[in-house]
Amino acid sequence: MITSLGPYADFILLSYGAATLTALGLTLWVVLDHRRLRHTLSALEARGLTRRSARAAARIAPETPVDGKLETQA
Amino acid sequence: MLLADLANPSRFLVLASRLIPWLAGLTVALFAAGLVLVVRSPADYLQGETVRIMYIHVPAAWLSMLTYGIMAVSALGTLVWRHPLADVAARAAAPIGATFTALALVTGSLWGRPMWGTYWEWDARLTSVLVLFIMYLGLIALWRTIEDPTRGARAAAILILVGSVNLPIIKFSVDWWNTLHQPASVFRMDGPTIDATMLLPLAAMALAFTALLVTLHLAAMRNEILRRRIRALGLTAAGAAR
Repeated sequence: MITSLGPYADFILLSYGAATLTALGLTLWVVLDHRRLRHTLSALEARGLTRRSARAAARIAPETPVDGKLETQA
Repeated sequence: MLLADLANPSRFLVLASRLIPWLAGLTVALFAAGLVLVVRSPADYLQGETVRIMYIHVPAAWLSMLTYGIMAVSALGTLVWRHPLADVAARAAAPIGATFTALALVTGSLWGRPMWGTYWEWDARLTSVLVLFIMYLGLIALWRTIEDPTRGARAAAILILVGSVNLPIIKFSVDWWNTLHQPASVFRMDGPTIDATMLLPLAAMALAFTALLVTLHLAAMRNEILRRRIRALGLTAAGAAR
Protein backbone atom coordinates (compact mmCIF):
# COMPACT_ATOMS: atom_id res chain seq x y z
CA MET A 1 0.00 0.00 0.00
CA ILE A 2 1.31 3.46 -0.93
CA THR A 3 2.05 5.76 2.02
CA SER A 4 4.40 8.17 0.24
CA LEU A 5 5.78 8.26 -3.30
CA GLY A 6 9.30 8.95 -2.04
CA PRO A 7 12.00 11.22 -3.46
CA TYR A 8 11.09 10.47 -7.11
CA ALA A 9 7.39 11.29 -6.81
CA ASP A 10 7.63 13.76 -9.72
CA PHE A 11 8.83 11.04 -12.09
CA ILE A 12 6.05 8.64 -11.01
CA LEU A 13 3.32 11.27 -11.29
CA LEU A 14 4.61 12.45 -14.68
CA SER A 15 4.51 8.85 -15.95
CA TYR A 16 0.92 8.30 -14.83
CA GLY A 17 0.01 11.74 -16.19
CA ALA A 18 1.48 10.83 -19.60
CA ALA A 19 -0.45 7.52 -19.59
CA THR A 20 -3.72 9.27 -18.69
CA LEU A 21 -3.14 11.87 -21.39
CA THR A 22 -2.42 9.09 -23.91
CA ALA A 23 -5.56 7.08 -23.08
CA LEU A 24 -7.83 10.15 -23.01
CA GLY A 25 -6.20 11.70 -26.10
CA LEU A 26 -6.62 8.55 -28.20
CA THR A 27 -10.22 8.10 -27.01
CA LEU A 28 -11.07 11.73 -27.80
CA TRP A 29 -9.40 11.40 -31.21
CA VAL A 30 -11.50 8.36 -32.29
CA VAL A 31 -14.73 9.80 -30.87
CA LEU A 32 -14.36 13.25 -32.49
CA ASP A 33 -13.14 11.72 -35.77
CA HIS A 34 -16.21 9.43 -35.80
CA ARG A 35 -18.58 12.38 -35.23
CA ARG A 36 -16.92 14.42 -37.99
CA LEU A 37 -17.02 11.51 -40.46
CA ARG A 38 -20.68 10.69 -39.72
CA HIS A 39 -21.57 14.34 -40.19
CA THR A 40 -19.75 14.49 -43.56
CA LEU A 41 -21.32 11.20 -44.71
CA SER A 42 -24.80 12.38 -43.74
CA ALA A 43 -24.24 15.64 -45.64
CA LEU A 44 -23.20 13.71 -48.78
CA GLU A 45 -26.19 11.35 -48.49
CA ALA A 46 -28.50 14.33 -48.05
CA ARG A 47 -27.22 15.59 -51.43
CA GLY A 48 -28.55 12.38 -52.98
CA LEU A 49 -25.28 10.43 -53.17
CA THR A 50 -25.61 6.73 -52.33
CA ARG A 51 -23.35 3.71 -52.57
CA ARG A 52 -23.99 0.99 -55.15
CA SER A 53 -24.60 -1.58 -52.40
CA ALA A 54 -27.22 0.71 -50.81
CA ARG A 55 -28.95 1.05 -54.17
CA ALA A 56 -28.88 -2.74 -54.64
CA ALA A 57 -30.39 -3.20 -51.18
CA ALA A 58 -33.09 -0.69 -52.08
CA ARG A 59 -33.88 -2.71 -55.23
CA ILE A 60 -34.51 -5.75 -53.02
CA ALA A 61 -36.81 -3.62 -50.85
CA PRO A 62 -38.50 -1.48 -53.54
CA GLU A 63 -40.51 0.62 -51.09
CA THR A 64 -37.30 2.58 -50.33
CA PRO A 65 -37.17 5.54 -52.77
CA VAL A 66 -33.79 5.83 -54.50
CA ASP A 67 -34.75 7.36 -57.87
CA GLY A 68 -32.64 10.25 -59.01
CA LYS A 69 -29.73 9.46 -56.66
CA LEU A 70 -26.17 9.01 -57.78
CA GLU A 71 -24.44 5.72 -56.97
CA THR A 72 -20.92 4.68 -56.00
CA GLN A 73 -19.08 1.45 -55.32
CA ALA A 74 -17.56 1.95 -51.84
CA MET B 1 -16.12 -18.36 -41.63
CA LEU B 2 -15.94 -15.37 -39.25
CA LEU B 3 -13.19 -13.77 -41.37
CA ALA B 4 -15.30 -14.27 -44.49
CA ASP B 5 -18.26 -12.64 -42.75
CA LEU B 6 -16.10 -9.71 -41.64
CA ALA B 7 -14.85 -9.20 -45.20
CA ASN B 8 -18.03 -7.21 -45.74
CA PRO B 9 -17.35 -3.69 -44.38
CA SER B 10 -21.06 -3.03 -43.74
CA ARG B 11 -21.30 -6.19 -41.63
CA PHE B 12 -18.11 -5.22 -39.80
CA LEU B 13 -19.57 -1.77 -39.02
CA VAL B 14 -22.68 -3.33 -37.46
CA LEU B 15 -20.57 -5.74 -35.37
CA ALA B 16 -18.11 -3.00 -34.29
CA SER B 17 -20.92 -0.66 -33.26
CA ARG B 18 -22.38 -3.40 -31.08
CA LEU B 19 -19.04 -4.38 -29.51
CA ILE B 20 -17.43 -0.97 -28.87
CA PRO B 21 -19.67 0.14 -25.92
CA TRP B 22 -19.15 -3.22 -24.16
CA LEU B 23 -15.41 -3.16 -24.77
CA ALA B 24 -15.19 0.43 -23.51
CA GLY B 25 -16.99 -0.57 -20.30
CA LEU B 26 -14.70 -3.59 -19.87
CA THR B 27 -11.62 -1.37 -20.40
CA VAL B 28 -12.73 1.10 -17.70
CA ALA B 29 -13.45 -1.79 -15.27
CA LEU B 30 -10.06 -3.41 -15.97
CA PHE B 31 -8.20 -0.11 -15.46
CA ALA B 32 -10.07 0.47 -12.17
CA ALA B 33 -9.15 -3.05 -10.94
CA GLY B 34 -5.56 -2.68 -12.17
CA LEU B 35 -5.04 0.67 -10.44
CA VAL B 36 -6.43 -0.71 -7.15
CA LEU B 37 -3.87 -3.54 -7.37
CA VAL B 38 -1.09 -1.03 -8.23
CA VAL B 39 -1.94 1.13 -5.18
CA ARG B 40 -1.97 -1.97 -2.93
CA SER B 41 1.28 -3.38 -4.30
CA PRO B 42 4.46 -3.05 -2.22
CA ALA B 43 7.45 -0.83 -3.01
CA ASP B 44 10.53 -2.58 -4.41
CA TYR B 45 13.39 -3.23 -1.96
CA LEU B 46 15.88 -1.62 -4.38
CA GLN B 47 13.88 0.81 -6.54
CA GLY B 48 11.43 1.92 -3.84
CA GLU B 49 8.20 3.53 -5.09
CA THR B 50 9.75 4.20 -8.51
CA VAL B 51 8.85 0.60 -9.45
CA ARG B 52 5.28 1.85 -9.95
CA ILE B 53 6.36 3.32 -13.30
CA MET B 54 6.76 -0.31 -14.43
CA TYR B 55 2.96 -0.83 -14.35
CA ILE B 56 2.62 1.82 -17.09
CA HIS B 57 5.89 1.43 -18.97
CA VAL B 58 5.89 -2.35 -19.50
CA PRO B 59 2.28 -2.63 -20.84
CA ALA B 60 2.91 0.36 -23.14
CA ALA B 61 6.09 -1.31 -24.46
CA TRP B 62 4.27 -4.63 -24.98
CA LEU B 63 1.45 -2.91 -26.86
CA SER B 64 3.89 -1.01 -29.06
CA MET B 65 5.10 -4.42 -30.33
CA LEU B 66 1.67 -6.13 -30.30
CA THR B 67 0.20 -3.34 -32.44
CA TYR B 68 3.01 -3.72 -34.97
CA GLY B 69 2.37 -7.48 -34.91
CA ILE B 70 -1.30 -6.81 -35.76
CA MET B 71 -0.13 -4.60 -38.63
CA ALA B 72 2.23 -7.33 -39.90
CA VAL B 73 -0.62 -9.89 -39.98
CA SER B 74 -2.80 -7.27 -41.72
CA ALA B 75 -0.02 -6.68 -44.26
CA LEU B 76 -0.08 -10.41 -45.07
CA GLY B 77 -3.86 -10.10 -45.39
CA THR B 78 -3.38 -7.32 -47.94
CA LEU B 79 -0.68 -8.99 -50.01
CA VAL B 80 -1.62 -12.68 -49.80
CA TRP B 81 -5.37 -12.94 -49.16
CA ARG B 82 -6.35 -9.45 -50.41
CA HIS B 83 -8.80 -9.18 -47.51
CA PRO B 84 -10.87 -5.98 -47.94
CA LEU B 85 -10.39 -4.98 -44.31
CA ALA B 86 -6.69 -5.84 -44.00
CA ASP B 87 -5.37 -2.42 -45.04
CA VAL B 88 -8.13 -0.77 -43.00
CA ALA B 89 -6.88 -2.68 -39.92
CA ALA B 90 -3.23 -1.79 -40.54
CA ARG B 91 -3.92 1.87 -41.23
CA ALA B 92 -6.18 2.22 -38.17
CA ALA B 93 -3.57 0.57 -35.92
CA ALA B 94 -0.60 2.75 -36.91
CA PRO B 95 -1.43 5.98 -34.97
CA ILE B 96 -2.40 3.91 -31.90
CA GLY B 97 0.85 1.94 -32.08
CA ALA B 98 2.89 5.12 -32.54
CA THR B 99 1.24 6.66 -29.46
CA PHE B 100 1.88 3.59 -27.28
CA THR B 101 5.50 3.49 -28.47
CA ALA B 102 5.90 7.19 -27.59
CA LEU B 103 4.41 6.46 -24.15
CA ALA B 104 6.86 3.56 -23.66
CA LEU B 105 9.78 5.83 -24.61
CA VAL B 106 8.64 8.71 -22.35
CA THR B 107 7.88 6.54 -19.31
CA GLY B 108 11.13 4.62 -19.90
CA SER B 109 13.05 7.90 -19.78
CA LEU B 110 11.19 8.97 -16.64
CA TRP B 111 12.05 5.62 -15.04
CA GLY B 112 15.64 5.67 -16.32
CA ARG B 113 16.56 9.07 -14.88
CA PRO B 114 16.21 8.10 -11.18
CA MET B 115 17.36 4.46 -11.69
CA TRP B 116 20.20 4.79 -14.25
CA GLY B 117 21.02 8.47 -13.78
CA THR B 118 20.15 9.29 -17.40
CA TYR B 119 17.01 9.90 -19.46
CA TRP B 120 18.48 8.28 -22.57
CA GLU B 121 21.22 5.85 -23.55
CA TRP B 122 21.89 4.65 -27.09
CA ASP B 123 21.73 0.99 -26.08
CA ALA B 124 20.21 -1.72 -28.30
CA ARG B 125 16.79 -1.91 -26.60
CA LEU B 126 16.16 1.84 -26.45
CA THR B 127 17.46 2.43 -29.97
CA SER B 128 15.43 -0.44 -31.52
CA VAL B 129 12.25 0.90 -29.87
CA LEU B 130 13.05 4.37 -31.22
CA VAL B 131 13.41 2.75 -34.68
CA LEU B 132 9.95 1.18 -34.18
CA PHE B 133 8.53 4.64 -33.40
CA ILE B 134 10.13 6.08 -36.56
CA MET B 135 8.72 3.12 -38.57
CA TYR B 136 5.21 3.97 -37.35
CA LEU B 137 5.65 7.63 -38.34
CA GLY B 138 7.07 6.63 -41.74
CA LEU B 139 4.09 4.34 -42.44
CA ILE B 140 1.58 7.04 -41.47
CA ALA B 141 3.40 9.46 -43.80
CA LEU B 142 3.39 6.85 -46.62
CA TRP B 143 -0.37 6.28 -46.36
CA ARG B 144 -0.96 10.03 -46.46
CA THR B 145 1.34 10.52 -49.44
CA ILE B 146 -0.17 7.94 -51.83
CA GLU B 147 -3.68 9.01 -52.76
CA ASP B 148 -4.78 5.76 -54.45
CA PRO B 149 -5.75 3.43 -51.53
CA THR B 150 -4.89 0.22 -53.46
CA ARG B 151 -1.35 1.36 -54.32
CA GLY B 152 -0.91 2.82 -50.86
CA ALA B 153 -2.06 -0.44 -49.26
CA ARG B 154 0.46 -2.58 -51.19
CA ALA B 155 3.37 -0.19 -50.59
CA ALA B 156 2.56 0.08 -46.89
CA ALA B 157 2.13 -3.71 -46.56
CA ILE B 158 5.60 -4.33 -48.04
CA LEU B 159 7.16 -1.72 -45.74
CA ILE B 160 5.35 -3.16 -42.70
CA LEU B 161 6.68 -6.66 -43.45
CA VAL B 162 10.22 -5.35 -43.94
CA GLY B 163 9.95 -3.41 -40.67
CA SER B 164 8.69 -6.46 -38.77
CA VAL B 165 12.32 -7.68 -38.69
CA ASN B 166 12.71 -5.11 -35.90
CA LEU B 167 10.31 -6.99 -33.56
CA PRO B 168 12.67 -9.90 -32.68
CA ILE B 169 15.53 -7.39 -32.50
CA ILE B 170 13.63 -5.44 -29.83
CA LYS B 171 12.71 -8.60 -27.93
CA PHE B 172 16.17 -10.20 -27.93
CA SER B 173 18.29 -7.02 -27.93
CA VAL B 174 18.82 -7.35 -24.17
CA ASP B 175 20.19 -10.89 -24.68
CA TRP B 176 22.24 -10.31 -27.85
CA TRP B 177 23.99 -7.13 -26.68
CA ASN B 178 25.27 -5.75 -23.42
CA THR B 179 22.57 -3.19 -22.62
CA LEU B 180 21.79 -0.79 -19.81
CA HIS B 181 18.20 -1.99 -20.07
CA GLN B 182 17.50 -5.02 -17.88
CA PRO B 183 16.90 -8.46 -19.47
CA ALA B 184 13.40 -9.97 -19.77
CA SER B 185 11.83 -10.67 -16.39
CA VAL B 186 8.29 -11.83 -17.29
CA PHE B 187 8.37 -13.86 -20.54
CA ARG B 188 11.29 -16.20 -19.82
CA MET B 189 11.85 -19.89 -20.46
CA ASP B 190 12.36 -20.47 -16.70
CA GLY B 191 9.30 -18.40 -15.70
CA PRO B 192 8.90 -14.82 -14.40
CA THR B 193 11.47 -13.47 -11.96
CA ILE B 194 9.09 -10.85 -10.55
CA ASP B 195 7.42 -11.50 -7.20
CA ALA B 196 3.71 -12.38 -7.40
CA THR B 197 2.79 -9.22 -5.44
CA MET B 198 4.11 -7.18 -8.38
CA LEU B 199 3.34 -9.64 -11.19
CA LEU B 200 -0.42 -9.57 -10.48
CA PRO B 201 -0.86 -5.76 -10.80
CA LEU B 202 1.42 -5.81 -13.85
CA ALA B 203 -0.74 -8.51 -15.50
CA ALA B 204 -3.92 -6.60 -14.60
CA MET B 205 -2.57 -3.37 -16.12
CA ALA B 206 -1.37 -5.23 -19.22
CA LEU B 207 -4.88 -6.68 -19.63
CA ALA B 208 -6.43 -3.20 -19.22
CA PHE B 209 -4.05 -1.68 -21.79
CA THR B 210 -4.81 -4.55 -24.21
CA ALA B 211 -8.57 -3.98 -23.81
CA LEU B 212 -7.94 -0.27 -24.53
CA LEU B 213 -6.01 -1.19 -27.69
CA VAL B 214 -8.77 -3.53 -28.94
CA THR B 215 -11.49 -0.91 -28.28
CA LEU B 216 -9.54 1.93 -29.92
CA HIS B 217 -8.54 -0.24 -32.87
CA LEU B 218 -12.14 -1.31 -33.59
CA ALA B 219 -13.30 2.32 -33.32
CA ALA B 220 -10.45 3.54 -35.57
CA MET B 221 -11.24 0.80 -38.14
CA ARG B 222 -14.88 1.92 -38.16
CA ASN B 223 -13.69 5.49 -38.78
CA GLU B 224 -11.39 4.35 -41.59
CA ILE B 225 -14.25 2.55 -43.38
CA LEU B 226 -16.40 5.70 -43.13
CA ARG B 227 -13.46 7.80 -44.43
CA ARG B 228 -13.17 5.52 -47.51
CA ARG B 229 -16.92 5.72 -48.14
CA ILE B 230 -16.75 9.51 -48.02
CA ARG B 231 -13.84 9.47 -50.46
CA ALA B 232 -15.73 7.19 -52.86
CA LEU B 233 -18.88 9.34 -52.65
CA GLY B 234 -16.77 12.46 -53.23
CA LEU B 235 -15.22 10.90 -56.37
CA THR B 236 -18.70 9.95 -57.64
CA ALA B 237 -19.92 13.49 -57.07
CA ALA B 238 -16.85 14.90 -58.86
CA GLY B 239 -17.41 12.48 -61.79
CA ALA B 240 -21.07 13.44 -62.08
CA ALA B 241 -20.22 17.15 -62.03
CA ARG B 242 -17.98 16.82 -65.15
